[in-house]
Amino acid sequence: MVPTDLHYTKDHEWVRVDGDRATVGITAYAAEQLGDIVFVELPDVGRSLDQFAAFGVVESVKAVSDLFAPVGGEVVETNATLTSQPELVNSDPYDGGWMVRLRLADAAQLDGLLDATAYDALIAAG
Amino acid sequence: MPYGPHTAADRARMLGALGLSSVDQLFDDIPPALRASRLDLPDPEPELELAARLSALAARNRTDLASFLGAGVYRHWSPPAVDQILLRGEWYTAYTPYQPEISQGTLQSIYEYESLLAELVDLDVVSASHYDGAAATAEAALMTCRQTRRERVLVSRGVHPHYRETLRTYFSGGLQLDEIPLVADGEAAGTTDLVALDRMLAEADPPVAGIIAAQPDFLGLLEPMPAIGALAHAAGALFVSVIEPVGLSVLAPPGAYGADIAAGEGQPLGIAPQYGGPYLGILATTDALVRQIPGRLVGLTTDLDGQRAFVMTMRAREQDIRRDKAASNICTNQALLALAASVYLATIGPHGLRDVAALGAARASELESALAAVGAPRIHSGPYLNEFAVRVPDARRTHARLLDRGILAGLVLADVEPDDSSLADGLLVCATEVTTAQEIERFADALAEILGGRPPTGVEAGAGSDRSTLAGSAR
Amino acid sequence: MSVTGTRLQPTIFERGRPGRGGGKIPHPPKDALDRIPAAARRVTPPALPEMNEADVVRHYVNLSQLNYAVDTGFYPLGSCTMKFNPKLNEWAARLPGFANLHPLAPDAAAQGTLQMLFELEGALAEISGMRAVSLQPAAGAQGELTGILMVRAYHRSRGDTARDQVLVPDSSHGTNPATASMAGYTTVTIPSAEDGGVDLDAFRAALGPRTAAVMITNPSTLGLFEARIGELLDAVHAVGALAYMDGANLNAILGRFKPGEAGFDVMHFNVHKTFSTPHGGGGPGAGPVGVGETLLPYLPEPRVLREPEGTYRLERVGERPTSIGRMRSYAGNTGVLVRAYAYIRAHGASGLREVSDDAVLAANYLKSRLAGTYDIPHDRACKHEFVASASTIKKRTGVRTLDIAKRLIDYGFHPPTIYFPLIVEEGMLIEPTETESVETLDAFADALIAIAGEAETTPDLVTGAPHTAPVRRLDEATAARHPNLRWRPVSGAETPCPD
Repeated sequence: MVPTDLHYTKDHEWVRVDGDRATVGITAYAAEQLGDIVFVELPDVGRSLDQFAAFGVVESVKAVSDLFAPVGGEVVETNATLTSQPELVNSDPYDGGWMVRLRLADAAQLDGLLDATAYDALIAAG
Repeated sequence: MPYGPHTAADRARMLGALGLSSVDQLFDDIPPALRASRLDLPDPEPELELAARLSALAARNRTDLASFLGAGVYRHWSPPAVDQILLRGEWYTAYTPYQPEISQGTLQSIYEYESLLAELVDLDVVSASHYDGAAATAEAALMTCRQTRRERVLVSRGVHPHYRETLRTYFSGGLQLDEIPLVADGEAAGTTDLVALDRMLAEADPPVAGIIAAQPDFLGLLEPMPAIGALAHAAGALFVSVIEPVGLSVLAPPGAYGADIAAGEGQPLGIAPQYGGPYLGILATTDALVRQIPGRLVGLTTDLDGQRAFVMTMRAREQDIRRDKAASNICTNQALLALAASVYLATIGPHGLRDVAALGAARASELESALAAVGAPRIHSGPYLNEFAVRVPDARRTHARLLDRGILAGLVLADVEPDDSSLADGLLVCATEVTTAQEIERFADALAEILGGRPPTGVEAGAGSDRSTLAGSAR
Repeated sequence: MSVTGTRLQPTIFERGRPGRGGGKIPHPPKDALDRIPAAARRVTPPALPEMNEADVVRHYVNLSQLNYAVDTGFYPLGSCTMKFNPKLNEWAARLPGFANLHPLAPDAAAQGTLQMLFELEGALAEISGMRAVSLQPAAGAQGELTGILMVRAYHRSRGDTARDQVLVPDSSHGTNPATASMAGYTTVTIPSAEDGGVDLDAFRAALGPRTAAVMITNPSTLGLFEARIGELLDAVHAVGALAYMDGANLNAILGRFKPGEAGFDVMHFNVHKTFSTPHGGGGPGAGPVGVGETLLPYLPEPRVLREPEGTYRLERVGERPTSIGRMRSYAGNTGVLVRAYAYIRAHGASGLREVSDDAVLAANYLKSRLAGTYDIPHDRACKHEFVASASTIKKRTGVRTLDIAKRLIDYGFHPPTIYFPLIVEEGMLIEPTETESVETLDAFADALIAIAGEAETTPDLVTGAPHTAPVRRLDEATAARHPNLRWRPVSGAETPCPD
């Protein structure tokens, strides 16, 4: 079971909302599918993202995947630790492996995302 | 087929296993309307006859000339060890080291190449090789655009004309390329015009991603690289230095004057001229730009037992994984030539490399004096390393007449820079450590004769036989 | 034994000792560099190793023995055509007349090479059914870029600037979409049909006034001939787009299919694949491009021209203003092209056709040997290569294609290309080439079958492979996370050198 306090996308990103702050990362399932994460390319602080816009790239040894914003908003912080420790995305995907914090533009966008049960069902279906 | 193993019995056995009577059946999926017309090529040629044909073709080339031609490709002594090592099948018949466990030779050799070249250019990261100096320079220009997210690059007209033409082709997909003029006269003539560059940078729209200049420049002159780099950085642009690797043993390296990227032609490092390639595109940059450098990279790591070993790394930047978002489409590179450069550097050594550069400079000084004495003075007055332009009347015809006398008198500059009137009577000539005093005398003597029978000066007795041969052939 | 060497080597930096070496170059006069201004001079000499020649030779010979190569064994790397590289060709490329010729030598001094290049252009045009060929591109990928830039120039010349898309099938080489991006185009990826071929309906739906070109590999990267190629080419041309053929797999169709005759507008050749020039540990190659009538004006410069009196020359700067320009310096990788020329002459028309016949026969034979043990996703006649998959084996045993590939090393074989094309799960792209004997093919099939058995009985043996190589599997994650791309003495302290 994935953490129940998060919202999920079909592209395997998660978002945690705290007031108007939305923290975004990728799920343990996604990290495992990609393999050893070696590099995370993140946007500049201040950039404004639409919901589902590509905001970065995650690279493993032999694969690459775009990252999509589960919700829209302005980037207020990125996880600088991932520059030196991209492995956190594998080892601690829901906490230390977070990627960006957004100023949530529209809380209603959360309604269109998956909850933990629905996301579990998605990955169980393969 | 000359190199295949299959006997009639082998083929019959394989067809039998497939339940077929003819190999034609394996091509049934080619629609009949689209099948090839007869292949109209000559019959197979046995090796003995083919060898004779190849020898005859090679003999039609004139490589017996006393050559003063450089212009980006230089004759150097390549110790026989270089080519003999390259001829080992384990090097030249392997491919890209996709399986590191059985490719440690290639992988370590590339890592060593990266390290050796990093020492020469004094930068952090060197790619495993690009096609040639021109393609490496084009990739460097594209790097500056990706890094700065700008779309305009300025290239000095002192950069090799083929490189500038290649840049134009690579930029035709939608990027802007402008040329920085050279200083027309005075002490700095023939080098990048800093005043013009400053003016071009002041036009902020569109902003400049990168500035490219060569050291030495195409005309052999030494450029004010620190000043060009400072102007680039003040404008928020990156600075690309086009280098010549042998000269780097004595000239300040790109890392010392703040270049962000170095690109250049590695041919002088032990690689034969062979009419254009295969050569070695050198591309190097700083740690800050490592994500932008295209092409393969080999890094040091360990295996499961903790043994030190080497592996291709940061592969997810490359076309086979990132596809349309890759930094470049490069796949095949010039690994064997990178090996040649490494073996050359290891064999010749740091002191030897300096001697190569210094002896070339010394021979070039002798060449300058000898040509000036017979009426072919330098066009420019600034310092040079081992290549310079001289003015001779009717340069193209003079060049052809010298060729008749067995002398390849450098490059007719009007052939490659037809629009530059200051070079209309110019020949670009160079000397290297393989240039002999006798060759210089022959050149000067022949030129003197062509330019009006002025008696050659300073010819020692030892050159007498050369002179009589020349006189004989001139009649 | 997978490779002959077993001992790793110190780096060349660790081998050097101050004071070794010398004796190669006469000492220059002391004042040789006095005329170089101090500001332009190097202050700190490069820290290159100092070695005597004997140590250099030993270093590189020992390193070479850590490599697997065509000269040491079977190298069925799909899509790469690792055929035997004839020794005559190495001899020819080193003839002084070829090797020592300066690329800017006057045409009068270069007649032998220019004739060779001219004849090679003609031979490649005949083989491909194209109108003309340029030998300038340095490699296949540069040939692709050359071709797509010509496509761009063609559309622009007609004022047709709305075309901003290049269509590629999802089975394509990564170079195709990467090339399209470099040329300023957007890539549209078209899924393959169930049978592995192009999905004609999907292509038709994507084709339109925005399509500049379609890039097709034929035979495809699955080793299958595109049976619907005629319809596809018609559809491409019907919307005013052009058809590019990636010639990577030309080794399958020599004398059987000429892309130019079939209607392709432009293609590249990989001479290091089809025409046996050696792969060199990653290169060099050469990537000539052939064009039909439509793109003839746009070929890169300079072309090699034959004058009426029988002499040859290079085009002069600006002689053909419609050209897309230069792709690189000088004429091309001439030293590689000499080898291709020799190869084509040695084979002649009949020999080239036999090359493809034998390459295709060998691939089909090997496929038949593996069917039943491995999945064959597209089980019909293949061309010069085929895809096998360990998908079923993985489901049953957990052993992956990667493991099987590594285990092949213990059996003395180079693994095939794995996980390409991307559309086949647990795929292995196997290309035996025409120069491998039936005994070798059988031994390789036996090894793969034996490994499939090991996956059932002793899976650890397979997942822990290779066991006989000089190194075991490598830590690629750390290599990428914390790249060490350049020797520095301190890094040696952390990972002590062998010996």
